[in-house]
Amino acid sequence: MTERYAVQMQGVVKRFGDTLALDGVDLAVPAGAVYGLLGPNGAGKTTSVKVLTTLIRPDAGTATIDGIDVEKNPDDVRRRIGLTGQYAAVDERLTARENLVYIGRLFHLGTAEARLRAGELLDRFDLADSADRVVKGFSGGMRRRLDIAMSLIANPSVLFLDEPTTGLDPRSRLGMWDVIEDLAADGTTVLLTTQYLEEADRLAEQIVVIDQGRVIAEGTPDELKSRTGGALLQVSIARAENRELAMSVLTPLCTGRVEVRDDRTFEAPITAGDRVVPSVIRALDDAGVDVLDVVVRRPSLDDVFLALTGHVASAEEATS
Amino acid sequence: MNRLQATLHDSFVEAERHLRVIPRNIELLIFATIQPIMFLALFAYVFGGSISIPGFDNYDQFLMPGIFSQSLVFGSAFTSIGLAEDLSKGLVDRLRSLPMSRSAVIIGRTVSDLVRNLLTFGVMLVASFLLGFRFGGSVTDAVLATGLLVLFSYALSWVQALIGLAVSSVEAANSAGFIWMFPLTFVSSAFVDPSTMPGWLEAVANANPFTVVTNAARSLYNGLPVGNDAWLSLAWSVGLIAVFSMIATRKFARSTSS
Repeated sequence: MTERYAVQMQGVVKRFGDTLALDGVDLAVPAGAVYGLLGPNGAGKTTSVKVLTTLIRPDAGTATIDGIDVEKNPDDVRRRIGLTGQYAAVDERLTARENLVYIGRLFHLGTAEARLRAGELLDRFDLADSADRVVKGFSGGMRRRLDIAMSLIANPSVLFLDEPTTGLDPRSRLGMWDVIEDLAADGTTVLLTTQYLEEADRLAEQIVVIDQGRVIAEGTPDELKSRTGGALLQVSIARAENRELAMSVLTPLCTGRVEVRDDRTFEAPITAGDRVVPSVIRALDDAGVDVLDVVVRRPSLDDVFLALTGHVASAEEATS
Repeated sequence: MNRLQATLHDSFVEAERHLRVIPRNIELLIFATIQPIMFLALFAYVFGGSISIPGFDNYDQFLMPGIFSQSLVFGSAFTSIGLAEDLSKGLVDRLRSLPMSRSAVIIGRTVSDLVRNLLTFGVMLVASFLLGFRFGGSVTDAVLATGLLVLFSYALSWVQALIGLAVSSVEAANSAGFIWMFPLTFVSSAFVDPSTMPGWLEAVANANPFTVVTNAARSLYNGLPVGNDAWLSLAWSVGLIAVFSMIATRKFARSTSS
């Protein structure tokens, strides 16, 4: 018997006309985990979320939430999930509180219970001051917070966040990250999609990289970064005349050729995780070279994406 | 809660969402009311002198039920615009991810549009009396006439629901919901006697369900024999509701933002 995952996809295929949106996607998210689905526009992130939230039916494969099949028992699945889609799905003619109570009543919470939950969520998402204002005048960040609050009204066991910070200004994005981190700390299972590598790096404990409808890599942010072949050591020395000496000291400690950036700066690949830095400093010091600066640059997820897909994860590639 | 109770409950919640905001957008209601009143006055004064209809002493008694009918039918276009808006804003995705009744979203929408239409109709009826319109039959006849018009408008709301879900944007819904209303209401008996039209057009006008409904309401408002028109218009409305509620609900169950 396999472990029961909160979210699972096995060989899911979805075709739109001639376009193969999902080409056999496998995904397994344990309960309580925060997973990031990372990929460029048109990679299949939103389609995956739509299959998992019962909005579209897969052509092949199975998808389950808490072990329940999304196609066979969609209503049981719907009772367990919260969805925050790419657009802030709020009724902007209503107030924040009315939006929350409205969704609560559609979950058949009862009006009193829905009001109670609405009040709690308004406090929690810092919307209490604007609770009785019509949403039309809300900023993008406030709409998103309300949107997530609406997804949480019935205490879902799994929360789907489809590009939760797309279109937000940098400050609202940081605010949204705090909100998502709080949710994760509370033990909600979260599957978030993003095309921002920085966002996946910060929020997700496990990242699934998806490109052209296929999962091309999976791992923790650190694992993915180390896949590009370790780290880069950058050393700056005080005096240019020590250049030759410094190079001869560095070469045996590094895994590749030592490149000279300018007279006093060198760059060389090292094995990530090895305690190279102390040895480098000690060796240079022993040889009488004055060290100004030693930096280990770990590859960013941008580097990872480029290495995995052969192209950069830019928004301009949108084919949707 | 059984399935029927759940559908009624969810439909009520949806209808309340739309009705709650009517007073917040009073401008919309005012302009929705001004237009049919303008039509009433324009047609009555501009064409009133030059059009005479056999069997009617004055054109107003013939025309005004036609305009009631037309403006109620035009009011159904709110349904396509409203649903297209919910769809384009992603609200339909949210609703479809909830354990709620599939048909409730459209039932709630069409019912709330019906209420809004009735508000407009009430104002228009008062205006028509000020312009000289009078019931020629009993109050019961007038109530029946209004009922037939309102039911037909409600049936067209379901057609509009399908249009709202089928088009890709609110702007498209705005056109697609309105454009067919013009031939529907003008190639009919609403403004003139179809026998004055070219032969082929007269045939179209007489086959038009809008003609059937308008004739039924007009006869009842004027206290004239209604013949089969009442039953026929009832059949049209019920038939349209039966067919389009099925298609539109199915369409809704597959609709998602793109």
